[in-house]
Amino acid sequence: MFGSLGFDVLFKGTNMARLLGGLGIALKISLISVAISIAAGIVIGILISLKNPVMDGVFKVYLEIVRIMPQMVLLFIVYFGAAKAMGLNLSPELSSIIVFSFWGIAEMSDLVRGAVTSIPAIQYESSAALGFNRWQTYAYVIIPQTARRIIPMSINLITRMIKTTSLVMMIGIVEVLKVGQQIIEANRKSSPNAAFGIFATVFVLYFLACYPISCLSKYLEKKWEN
Amino acid sequence: METEAIREYIPLYTQAFILTLKTGWLGILLSAIIGISGGFVLYFKLPVLSSLVKMYVELFRNTPLLVQLFFIYFGLPKIGIALSAFVCGVLGLGLLGGAYMTESIRSGLEAVPDSQKEGAVSLGLDRRQLFIYVVLPQAFAISIPSIVANVIFLLKETSVFSAISLMDLMFQAKDLIGLYYKTAECLILLVVFYIIMLLPVSALGRYFEKKLRFGMYGD
Repeated sequence: MFGSLGFDVLFKGTNMARLLGGLGIALKISLISVAISIAAGIVIGILISLKNPVMDGVFKVYLEIVRIMPQMVLLFIVYFGAAKAMGLNLSPELSSIIVFSFWGIAEMSDLVRGAVTSIPAIQYESSAALGFNRWQTYAYVIIPQTARRIIPMSINLITRMIKTTSLVMMIGIVEVLKVGQQIIEANRKSSPNAAFGIFATVFVLYFLACYPISCLSKYLEKKWEN
Repeated sequence: METEAIREYIPLYTQAFILTLKTGWLGILLSAIIGISGGFVLYFKLPVLSSLVKMYVELFRNTPLLVQLFFIYFGLPKIGIALSAFVCGVLGLGLLGGAYMTESIRSGLEAVPDSQKEGAVSLGLDRRQLFIYVVLPQAFAISIPSIVANVIFLLKETSVFSAISLMDLMFQAKDLIGLYYKTAECLILLVVFYIIMLLPVSALGRYFEKKLRFGMYGD
């Protein structure tokens, strides 16, 4: 029964380790992209909250592009389009980090902008009354208050990044799904049902990677609600 | 850039576009049905069913659609459940979306303030009236922004259907790039068709949001 569902393949050779290695690559790409997104998103979000009309317009267009373009399309544009249009030969890893950061920065900066502008005017006014300059107002008054709103959301972004990294197999990165396919292909004769066992395992692996992170995000959100 | 090639590709893209829309909206319909049922189950805290729905929601919210599709399309046939790519697409999208919609509906229902319910009870409304005339309309208004966000998210997710060889927009673009190497033309058409598909939804969503917020706060 266990064998006929194709779970036996997992214990042959280094198959399980290879799958985990594939998951590691997906996690690496998403963590790098999240780090870039958070850093750049905070800076851009604060700049946008200063309400410069030109920047506002550009930012709105940028947000709308990210809102309506599937990440898969963006991946294709960067990976295939950039090579064709500019003669740039980006590696699939770099392309995916560029695309995920492009997406993540939009989300993060919108989040930061929302959090910063939702701080009541009285906080700014009191800081001014206390003689804080703009930099001090942000560093000591605004940012500590917004952090509580932003941190759970950015942790949530990590799980979404991890889930989206499953797309990178489509531009040729050998991550967990691709490794799974290779294992199924290699064991086609000896265990014809490997597709069930392997893809069920990949399903569970993604769940195990994302579930604790989304629990943490939910916990922090609740804890810092007020 | 060759306009000739673009003109030639448009009918192919249109075909793929229609298939993408069909799969997408059927999936969204399924996800709405699942979401409304799931949301109600959680709101009324039905025993047993509640914990099943919770497990389902966590499972599908924490895994990527591509992995779900691979499991449904390549894995399930091995235990005797073979579905066509189209059915897999609709089912996968519906199950993924259902998990997100359940959360939207549940949080909308739970966000209706207690004072509203107490007010309704003191006016003599029974439980059924309370739910239909007081809770439901307000919950709907609260849920709308996240429902629209889910619809846009699900329409975007259709782009992974190409992986189970459904002839959607992505598949068409990849296919044509592979055949003729007219990368720029293919990618531009791809972007244009996705804009046609999603920009109206995005704009409509914003409009609804404004309307419903007005309904709630009169601002």
